Amino acid sequence: MARVSLSKAQVFRDSMSVALPVGTYGIAFGAAAVANGFSVIQASLFSILLFSGASQFAVVGVMGAGGSALSAITTGSLLGFRNGLYSMRMKPILNVQGIRKIFAAHITIDESTGVAISQEPRGEAAMRYGFWATGIGVFIFWNLFTLLGAFGAQALGNPSAWGLDAAVPAAFLGLVWPRLIDKQSKLIAISAVAMALILTPVAPAGVPIIATVLLAILFGWKPKA
Amino acid sequence: MSAMWVATLVSSLICYILKYLGYAIPESFLANPRVQRINTLIPIVLLSALVGVQAITNKSEIVFDQRIAGVAVAAIALKFKAPFPVVIFSAAITSAAIYNWL
Repeated sequence: MARVSLSKAQVFRDSMSVALPVGTYGIAFGAAAVANGFSVIQASLFSILLFSGASQFAVVGVMGAGGSALSAITTGSLLGFRNGLYSMRMKPILNVQGIRKIFAAHITIDESTGVAISQEPRGEAAMRYGFWATGIGVFIFWNLFTLLGAFGAQALGNPSAWGLDAAVPAAFLGLVWPRLIDKQSKLIAISAVAMALILTPVAPAGVPIIATVLLAILFGWKPKA
Repeated sequence: MSAMWVATLVSSLICYILKYLGYAIPESFLANPRVQRINTLIPIVLLSALVGVQAITNKSEIVFDQRIAGVAVAAIALKFKAPFPVVIFSAAITSAAIYNWL
């Protein structure tokens, strides 16, 4: 028993060491949402209902750039696709049914899946515990900090005067940075920036962003040489 | 309903369905290696495009302003493995300083 609780405490510590810092990014999201014209309630609903950082930033970013709701939804959904893959990964480990399945799905994100997988050497019970602890932890902190950021940005007024207009692209840069692990991924990232900028004067807002999915298909079609 | 509300609620619904599908479907084409490869690249292209659009455009125009300096500082902070809040704050401070005082 002592050993079980000891390992549980370790998993809990791992989970919180991810959940707290990630949760604080919620400030940036709340501020970005308000700076891009969303209300505090909408910012908060994103963090409660959508609850997937990259998708949330994308939806408010596309709308803020003047894109239609359709292009914002498409971009956010394309980014949310990977959570479905995480669900497939977590399904045999969590083995959840009914109401637990509904909640498990909601907190299946980068961080909960990442911590769960990192606990593999400690066994499936630790993986399950890490998943729930991290998912719930991120949910709580992410929502608290979203509110803080949204109210903060509302109080500040002009987004440019406070640098919020640069904080949003900086947030996207921070989200993509850890994914740029080799030459190919950096090349793809630069190509995507170039493509989006070239299309901006000629395509409706939002479309230049979605169009870069073609690059993902092109580069991902064949296995890396 | 305003476009903002549609974007908020519909994107939330679709993203939830995507999360749920992985638990609901037995086996799937998603396990296909090609789909996996493309899926790994999707966040890279979309997030990169968003960096470019948010930093260097305004409506349908290419605009170079204080935001680029902010993002450049963010890149330097990331290069030095700064934590996320430091990255965001350094970008905001740089951009705001240029906007207000230059």
